[in-house]
Amino acid sequence: MANSERVKVRIPAKAGKDETIEIRTQVIHDMESGQRKDSAGRTIPRRIITKFTCTWNAEPIISADWHQAVSANPFSSFFAVATESGRIQLTWWDEAGEVLSYGHDIVVD
Amino acid sequence: MDAALNRRQTLAAGAALVAATLVPPAAHAEDADELARGLMGQFTAREGKVHLRIKEVAESGTNEPIGISVDSPMTAADHVKAIHVLAEGNPYPVVASWYLTPRSGRAEVNFRMRLAKTQTVRAYAVTSDGQVWLARQEVKVTIGGCGG
Repeated sequence: MANSERVKVRIPAKAGKDETIEIRTQVIHDMESGQRKDSAGRTIPRRIITKFTCTWNAEPIISADWHQAVSANPFSSFFAVATESGRIQLTWWDEAGEVLSYGHDIVVD
Repeated sequence: MDAALNRRQTLAAGAALVAATLVPPAAHAEDADELARGLMGQFTAREGKVHLRIKEVAESGTNEPIGISVDSPMTAADHVKAIHVLAEGNPYPVVASWYLTPRSGRAEVNFRMRLAKTQTVRAYAVTSDGQVWLARQEVKVTIGGCGG
């Protein structure tokens, strides 16, 4: 899947073997909570990202279940052990079925 | 008899309404307890090991940075496998559950959250051997400078 233009990342391009690196990322998404009303007083339907995963060469690094109190345009930062060169894959699923994805290649030596 | 029953029902309905309007703060804590059991089963949490970083006073409850870190070697034998964040006073108290692995390297996550009002935020950490650790913090939410 092509990298989503709605995803921003800050991840190093290179890391030492077994170094712990920080992965920072933000995805553009309203995270509509289902608590708001429009000008006519109707509840705006909830639409949030409910699941996030990060893998490194398909090995799970971290994943998350999100609920309506995660802010709009969700920012996340977490860590990963640089084991070998390859691809860090970030994926977000929203409850309307949309999937946002971003792959980042990293060199480990 | 019908009249008596109706009167009783009316009284009961009235009492329920009063109860709903005057929910004591403890009710929020109990809701969060119940949801925490839904996430972790029956557990006993100890205070410690978890470091919760969130401002004591949030100017707006829409986008508050929160960081959780846990004292853990993050080895295959001894690591944090889950971090759960609950906000006792939110309409739905569970905020996020993060599932870590030894490959996470460090037991730390940072993100941003919504806070409906002044309340207590809890962060639970579940270790690979099933221990549950807890940190909590009161956060005052002032909306539009009106003192919320």
